[in-house]
Amino acid sequence: MAKKVISINEATIRFAGDSGDGMQLTGTRFTEATAIVGNDLKTIPNYPSEIRAPLGTLAGVSAFQLMFGSQRVFTPGDLPDTLVAMNPAALKVHLKDLKKGGTILANANAFTDKNLKMATWETNPLTDGSLDGYTVYSMEMSKLVGKALENSDLTSKGIERTKNMFALGVLFWMYNRPIEPTEEWLRKKFAKNPSIAEANITAMKTGFNYGETTEIFTTSYAVEKADLPKGKYRNITGNVAVAYGLVAAAEKAGKELFLGSYPITPASEILHTLSGLRNHGVKTFQAEDEIAGIASAIGASYAGDLAVTTTSGPGMALKTEAIGLAIITELPLVIVNVQRGGPSTGMPTKMEQSDLLQAVHGRNSDAQIPVIAAQDPADCFDCAFEAARVAMKYMTPVILLTDGYLGQGSGPWKIPDPKKLPKIEVHHPDSSARGEDGFMPYARDENETRPWAIPGTPGLEHRIGGLEKENITGMVSQDPENHQLMTDIRARKVENITKDIPPSEIHGDTKGKVLVLGWGSTHGAIHVAVDRARNKGQSVSQMHLRWVSPFPSDLKAICDNFDEILIPEVNSGQLAMLLKAELIRPIHQLNKVRGEPFRAFEIEEKINEILG
Amino acid sequence: MSETTINVQDLNLTRKDFVPGNEVRWCPGCGDYSVLANMQKTLPVMGVKKENYAFISGIGCSSRFPYYMDTYGFHSIHGRAPAIASGVKLANPDLAVWIITGDGDGFSIGGNHMIHALRRNIDMNIMLFNNRIYGLTKGQYSPTSQLGMKTKSSPFGSIDRPFNPSAIALGANATFIARALDVDAKGLQESIKRSQRHKGASFIEVYQNCIIFNDGEFGALENKATRPDNALFVVHGEPMIFGKEQDKGIIMKDNHPKVVTLGGDWTEQDLLVHDETNPIITNLLLEMTFDPKNPTPFGVLRAVDAPTYDGMLVDQIKEVTKINGKGTLEDLFYSGDVWEVK
Repeated sequence: MAKKVISINEATIRFAGDSGDGMQLTGTRFTEATAIVGNDLKTIPNYPSEIRAPLGTLAGVSAFQLMFGSQRVFTPGDLPDTLVAMNPAALKVHLKDLKKGGTILANANAFTDKNLKMATWETNPLTDGSLDGYTVYSMEMSKLVGKALENSDLTSKGIERTKNMFALGVLFWMYNRPIEPTEEWLRKKFAKNPSIAEANITAMKTGFNYGETTEIFTTSYAVEKADLPKGKYRNITGNVAVAYGLVAAAEKAGKELFLGSYPITPASEILHTLSGLRNHGVKTFQAEDEIAGIASAIGASYAGDLAVTTTSGPGMALKTEAIGLAIITELPLVIVNVQRGGPSTGMPTKMEQSDLLQAVHGRNSDAQIPVIAAQDPADCFDCAFEAARVAMKYMTPVILLTDGYLGQGSGPWKIPDPKKLPKIEVHHPDSSARGEDGFMPYARDENETRPWAIPGTPGLEHRIGGLEKENITGMVSQDPENHQLMTDIRARKVENITKDIPPSEIHGDTKGKVLVLGWGSTHGAIHVAVDRARNKGQSVSQMHLRWVSPFPSDLKAICDNFDEILIPEVNSGQLAMLLKAELIRPIHQLNKVRGEPFRAFEIEEKINEILG
Repeated sequence: MSETTINVQDLNLTRKDFVPGNEVRWCPGCGDYSVLANMQKTLPVMGVKKENYAFISGIGCSSRFPYYMDTYGFHSIHGRAPAIASGVKLANPDLAVWIITGDGDGFSIGGNHMIHALRRNIDMNIMLFNNRIYGLTKGQYSPTSQLGMKTKSSPFGSIDRPFNPSAIALGANATFIARALDVDAKGLQESIKRSQRHKGASFIEVYQNCIIFNDGEFGALENKATRPDNALFVVHGEPMIFGKEQDKGIIMKDNHPKVVTLGGDWTEQDLLVHDETNPIITNLLLEMTFDPKNPTPFGVLRAVDAPTYDGMLVDQIKEVTKINGKGTLEDLFYSGDVWEVK
């Protein structure tokens, strides 16, 4: 039977199931296939902090969403068009987000009385008519894979576990994606256990054929290639992009990379990625705690490595004293905070942008530090590279802020030509730097940075530390004049970085009614909202901060060209607070702290409200 | 691990090379002076280039030590020296890294870093100045202060049970443990030499007198006249003998160490023989520490060979590079599924 293929511009799919149902993996495989087809895309995982919450419960639902399209895609989509619900709990949690008239793919076998009760459904929604407004494909996935794998060596439990591959196969058919890359991937992943690989492939093909042959599916969708800039691409998560950016910076600086880190959600993937790169000379040190993570990195920096520590909010709190040490000793260091919901342990697997003030000001005394924030997963590469470059050029620790949404979400990354990445100039003085009065560890260059003299260099033996030092000589000093001078120098050094910040880009007109100003991972949602507003003829532009400390020098002039400024943030108004002090003018805020990123329509509505 | 040892004559270093121009600011009579002098005396003969020494400290009186050594030095933050030093050593395994710490810095605020640095067996030297008091904050009890001790923060006597740092080092599976006395130049120099030569994490506990806040804590040991009868200096492979007349020894009786007098019923053959490689002997010596019936043991209490973290890291980098080839950015960037937009 010939089935209809409808061409669409974009689609948003959410995979939802029990924590053990393999939804993250299913979503990732769909993403890879989609990337290979050449669509632009963005993804976001959403999973509980428990590894295996009780089976079938609302708390145990794990989800993965992606949006893909034939045009540029800036967010993982507001509301999904299609929801894959592997059990009643997944349907219960996610149905409220599904677009009106959207599509539901459900595993009918999981809708047992017991599971329905656990998910607080009084009757079976698949049969009681409550889903009448949606297109529902209720499939007996467990039963179908059971039949297809009748002769497999797998246990019945093992067979049941392949049902996610069935669902994936159906979706591959529905959205006209190739199954071969996943086939190849499964064979590689289960190379030591071919029967598992083959069972999963069979389940996936069964799903694909189910779409192709059964009468219930009448339509599939085609999404054409996106018009991305020419080049080679791969899909990348923000955490992997950070790791690659650091490796690239180390190579371009001729440095060895040292990571001191303690595992923490949602930052651990940076540690995992870097610890697999021994053949790049990467030294990873899984420290005994967060403090030792940064302390070991400070030691490695003192000894001449490009040193990094990675963490999330609670870990930042623990590292605070050591950040002060890196500031006063003026050593290069990259501190990555993959932000999550707080305070305290908060919501480890949910995103938030609420560590901005902590990054900019959260230390004892006047202790300025440059802070850079990535705007999307691919941008994490550039920001990590830039953070490392600035740290070494200005002899200062630098904080890189990403968040769980960027770190674990993914998007296409236009692979840079390694040869074209800029070289990072690093200078270590040699014995000739010793003058008649000895070596001066706090001598200043034109940027007021001090020399990075490393142990092992004859004649430059010197002492540094947390006690205030006399400028130039580096002797311990409690002198009032000197402390004022050193405090001022440390502040100027950070301010100097504005010289390295290129002119800010404005999306839209450079003058107008509303400027939507953002930082970090809100970029995509703001971009979409601003585009929609502009299409309606509204006078709205977007500016996105990459450096949040120091601010770019053209910030005030740009803001002066707009009547109103709107700052959407996934916190209670932290950039707004900094900006009000900087610009001394009223600012419209859009704040939410729900553990999830903005949806474009939320920003659109706020723009409408401001414009009346 | 890969510190290159050089002919001492070729280095031509003297004590003066390790003395910087600045003034030492410990209290007059402080035990730290002796430790500093013996360090400056010993390092020139170790066959290590001056520029390859790095002294890392935390916070406390003893942690000012790096300022008084004309080597690379890092006076860091409270308790974190072992973690900072770990990074220094892993960044440059050629360095001879010394950690200077105290009983508060190393075993209170920094206890976690201490046990893990020892456990990992990173090739570093940790020197603990144990004066059983907080000196820099002007006299509060420390985790090694004895029960009942009256201090500014324990005016009615400390109810905080102390622990024995060297026993913790053993519990952390340290591969080298020595104990020395601040006034005993010979013992200090021997401990420093052995520690510097040891491949792996070395731990030296120095009993150090705080003349201001805890003077006389180690009284019978500090006093030259009473020391021989109260201190047992152990030597690997030799019987445990002590006393002014070298007439006392340690035997094992009912599973406990016991002091006996040689000459009558007991001969050297009956005595326990020190074995640096046997943790049971080390443990026995450490148990004697607080036992008033037994002398306090000093010397190298433990020395065993074990793979070092820094050595294994270097080896792993070499090994993985051999198998996978030297990684390039090209390989890395293209390690996923790649597609081309034309």
